[in-house]
Amino acid sequence: MTATATHCPYCALQCGMTLERVDDRIAITPRDFPTNRGGLCQKGWTSADLLSSPERLTTPLMRQTRAAPLLPVTWDEALDRVAADVRRLQAESGPDSIAVFGGGGLTNEKSYALGKFARVALRTSKIDYNGRFCMSSAAAAGNKAFGVDRGLPFPVTDIGTAHAILLVGSNVAETMPPFVQHLADAQRSGGALIVADPRRTPTAQSAAVHLQLTPGTDLALALGLLHLAMTDGYVDKEYIADRTTGFDDVWRRAVTWWPERVERVTGVPVEQMREAVRLLGSAERAMILTARGAEQQSKGTDTVSGFINLALALGLPGRPGSGYGCLTGQGNGQGGREHGQKADQLPGYRKIDDPAAREHVAGVWGIDASELPGAGVSAYELLDSLGTVDGPRALLVFGSNVVVSAPNARRVDERLAALDLLVVADLVLSETAARADVVLPVAQWAEEDGTMTNLEGRVLRRNKAFEPPPGVRTDLEVLSGLADRFGCGEKFPADPAAVFAELRRASAGGIADYAGVTWERAASTGGVFWPCPDESHPGTPRLFRESFPTPDGRARFVEVEHRPVAEDIDQDYPLYLTTGRVLAHYQSGAQTRRVRALVDASPEPFVEAHPELALRYGLHEGDAVRVTSRRGTAEGVLRVTETIRTDTLFMPFHWSGAGRANSVTSDALDPTSKMPEFKICAVRLEAVPAEAVQHDVAVS
Amino acid sequence: MTRVVVVGNGMAGSRVVEELRARDLQRALDICVLGAETFPAYNRILLSSVLAGKVTVGDIALTPEAWYEQNDVQLELGVTVARIDRTARVVIASDGRTFGYDELVLATGSRPRVPTVPGFTDPGGDLAAGVSVFRTVGDCERIIAGSASAAHAIVVGGGLLGLEAARGLAGRGVAVTVLHKAGHLMEKQIDDLAGGVLVRTLARLGVDVRLRGVPIRYDTAGAERFIVLADGQHLPADIVVIAAGVEPDVCLARDSGLDVNRAIVVDDRMRTSDPHVWAIGECAEHRGTVYGLVAPAWEHAAVVANALTGAGGASYAGSAIVTRLKASNVDLATMGDAHLEDDETAEVVRFVDPVRGTYKKLVIRDGRLTGAILLGENATVGAVTQLFDRGGPVPSDRITLLFPGRGAATTVENPAHIPDRATVCRCNNVSKRAITKCWLAGARTVAAVAGVTRATTGCGGCRDLVAGIVDWMAAADPDEQPDVPALVTLAVS
Ligand SMILES: Cc1cc2nc3c(=O)[nH]c(=O)nc-3n(C[C@H](O)[C@H](O)[C@H](O)COP(=O)(O)OP(=O)(O)OC[C@H]3O[C@@H](n4cnc5c(N)ncnc54)[C@H](O)[C@@H]3O)c2cc1C
Repeated sequence: MTATATHCPYCALQCGMTLERVDDRIAITPRDFPTNRGGLCQKGWTSADLLSSPERLTTPLMRQTRAAPLLPVTWDEALDRVAADVRRLQAESGPDSIAVFGGGGLTNEKSYALGKFARVALRTSKIDYNGRFCMSSAAAAGNKAFGVDRGLPFPVTDIGTAHAILLVGSNVAETMPPFVQHLADAQRSGGALIVADPRRTPTAQSAAVHLQLTPGTDLALALGLLHLAMTDGYVDKEYIADRTTGFDDVWRRAVTWWPERVERVTGVPVEQMREAVRLLGSAERAMILTARGAEQQSKGTDTVSGFINLALALGLPGRPGSGYGCLTGQGNGQGGREHGQKADQLPGYRKIDDPAAREHVAGVWGIDASELPGAGVSAYELLDSLGTVDGPRALLVFGSNVVVSAPNARRVDERLAALDLLVVADLVLSETAARADVVLPVAQWAEEDGTMTNLEGRVLRRNKAFEPPPGVRTDLEVLSGLADRFGCGEKFPADPAAVFAELRRASAGGIADYAGVTWERAASTGGVFWPCPDESHPGTPRLFRESFPTPDGRARFVEVEHRPVAEDIDQDYPLYLTTGRVLAHYQSGAQTRRVRALVDASPEPFVEAHPELALRYGLHEGDAVRVTSRRGTAEGVLRVTETIRTDTLFMPFHWSGAGRANSVTSDALDPTSKMPEFKICAVRLEAVPAEAVQHDVAVS
Repeated sequence: MTRVVVVGNGMAGSRVVEELRARDLQRALDICVLGAETFPAYNRILLSSVLAGKVTVGDIALTPEAWYEQNDVQLELGVTVARIDRTARVVIASDGRTFGYDELVLATGSRPRVPTVPGFTDPGGDLAAGVSVFRTVGDCERIIAGSASAAHAIVVGGGLLGLEAARGLAGRGVAVTVLHKAGHLMEKQIDDLAGGVLVRTLARLGVDVRLRGVPIRYDTAGAERFIVLADGQHLPADIVVIAAGVEPDVCLARDSGLDVNRAIVVDDRMRTSDPHVWAIGECAEHRGTVYGLVAPAWEHAAVVANALTGAGGASYAGSAIVTRLKASNVDLATMGDAHLEDDETAEVVRFVDPVRGTYKKLVIRDGRLTGAILLGENATVGAVTQLFDRGGPVPSDRITLLFPGRGAATTVENPAHIPDRATVCRCNNVSKRAITKCWLAGARTVAAVAGVTRATTGCGGCRDLVAGIVDWMAAADPDEQPDVPALVTLAVS
């Protein structure tokens, strides 16, 4: 058996690895790929376990009525049922009665095909995806400032050459471990790491300066740092004059955020802010990187704009070894947001309300532009509307476990229950699949070919190493089979190479232009950075060197003002809850909770609290505790740690059932990106009464 | 349409106009703001930074004139209101123009108090050459112009403003002496011990402080200008900056018969004794308190904007006061009843390190923080301020409020001291015990340990630690001949 070079199935770092069958096991060897340079975290090392997991679905499942159990059926029975129900519902309630929900883990081909399937086969405008819960704020802010949204506008290896790095709301040491090598490179050559996070995470512990801010005050911090950059003389006036517009309006806001005022709002001492600005401002190469901590807020877009403004004021974007970047989370979080899974987008990062974009894409799809639906609604709005009077009556889910990953999850439970039809394509019986009327078993990453676009905008190839188990189909085969039943099967090839070829044409001339990335080039060492408009084009590892892709070629400062969190603490709910990930698990945990070694490493949901808080509440390490907000409760085991603020609790969101953190989180949305405020809500903490302690079984 | 006239375009006046427009999206209000200063609204508190040479006057503008046009607000700069006719509901400017109102907001701030000292003013009553107050852009420009050729400056008043002025001038290379009437600096905000530490800190920065220093004359002899103190000393003084307190600007209110005490008396909606006249900022007195800071002034502005637009939240209950000195290399924060010494009802926690310029004091009542002084090393200031603002319970371990915790970031130098169950490689969840077991089973190099346990194969950050453990194991077992390592295969599950 030959070895197959491919990439890890999980996060956006897309670590290079080689898969090989040795006897009856699958051996994983890390590869020397630029992002991971031979490193893998425990998730990567154990990623093959799921290929042979007994929990894999190998046959479609269906229930006749909501009360009936899910029973095995043939593919034809399953797909016929879906097609028949869809036709009936659309006849009764129109095309928009069917909604589609995608995922940032799907390959480019699947994301593309799913967007096309919704618009061409189903003619529905109702499509969005879980990337809305991930990168949407940074995407919106990036577009506003730079006219483009590519997570990192430079190769990740540039980070190792920076002399100062500000990480805002990112715990890469746990969420993207091999990435830390690049930070370590920078630190080894004297670079300073600054981390802004309410928790003293392992990442923050390795920083020279840790700005331990109050949850939800990142924007005030950004304004304060900009203020200090100005008063302490680090603003690059020449760069501002030559390469940007709008500084005056931004400064007019920042001038009201003097550091002492910011200190009172954020809790970050003035001197620490000043030191952070000094490090960034005096470095020859400096970077500002944001992640979910800053972005998953009801003002996430403005918060990112605040940090981009700071980067622009310091003259960073477009300078070698410098700039602003967003650390994308999901495996194909970048590519997944470029090719039409988003409610308002068409392939190539085109806008669905742009007539020229519609013409172009309709041409590629062989339909009339007038047949294309308009913009739909964002992920949470979509979930929130399911089964309501004017809302969709059916939902088709691909690559997402919304029951665990969406905010205000009890509301989502309720809405899913109100549907006439829920269809879920998944590898395992995820919490969402378990509620479905029809479950479609699909192939895994190592069982199909595809392309992914990693956090750097690098288009790379995922290669098939093994055949999927009998009875399992790829998502593309599923879409093709469904499209057949809607009379347009010929428009939906199941061969990923064919889909990618079409994607290239559809993206040609768009912002995320893949026209020159061939199937073969994507497989070459290092992949290809978009934009890559033709086959002779080398790709674009570094953006903004000469100009920005805005109409006037200049980056735009965006005027933003701080505002309070949607739900602040009060007498009844006196603590902040913030949520996030742990090293051993990935997102909703549907995959990682089924890998023994990862469950051993991180078996159960927990709640982090400061010793002072534990003392005040009379709680101890290991106690079963309950966190309650206005929306719901979540339970976990108490972990007492000095690394968290005394006014804040932390819970990972990987679990379901009683330990589901998202039962508690807020559905307040960012007005621009529609990102929910996952990172802050007001809660109270109490012990779970002894008789009520439930032992959440992590492995079902 | 309701016509709102705002008198004063300072910090409070400019704010209330913006707050009104932000709430009044339908433009149901006809808004006019009259400001005596000719300069468009600017951030007054940054005058300290202007004086320190960090920013220019052009940098501190708050609301540009274009904003008023875009937002349909009438802006009249350089217009001083001379009189209010409350019966006719008009204000009359000193140039005779009249402005009718339905609702009037007074935001006239305060004016600097100038002690009656011979030589400070000229016979016309204006400030004499070389003498300035420190309140406006004009004042600031005057000080900066004077400092250019000055070798010695005297600052009269060792309060917040005086110390910021002194620090700024010292930064410009001028030798500065602060004359302070009381026995210690900033006596309104800090206790005498803190005052003492502060004097030493300032001395290191080139600011000399004379406590109980009372000027009785500003005089000239030849080219020399000097201040004469009550004790007869002469101090060279090319320029003098007066920062001897402020008086709320209440003339208009008093003349028009509104209730005035120390400042214009307002109720919980910031309304004066006339239901159509409101007062905010430093010219207002609420429940007996006159505030001299921006944060309360902006709260007032929000309350009045809510009241005038019918939005909720139109009630004011007073502000918690946190005072921060903004002078480079002097980190000072004070809040609440920081003067208090131990008594039966309060607990005082204190740390003093005068040599390093550190003084920390917490006043705690019924488990709540009611006052604090933090001077010098100040890593906990954010946490202390938030605790004070929120009125939350004080940690049982008071020390955590004085010194930052070390969190969990402890680096262990000696592998022997690492607990067995401690995680060495986070990326692959490998404990020290797993590594030592692996060594005992024959893996004698980092690579061999990595092959079995995967330690070091994530971010690589633990490589030194693993090497340390491997060496330590070898050292602890010097006689042991390493076996030919058993073929170490990757543990693939
Ligand atoms: C150098 C300096 C540093 C400071 N630092 C801080 C700090 O760090 N933190 C803090 O909280 N506070 C600070 N302050 C205090 C703060 O600036 C004041 O509390 C704040 O400006 C009060 O706002 P106000 O609108 O009430 O008064 P002002 O800002 O003084 O505005 C009043 C305005 O009304 C105008 N006016 C008065 N009478 C009339 C009239 N009859 N007709 C028309 N216009 C009139 C005046 O010309 C003035 O422009 C500082 C002040 C100074 C001078």
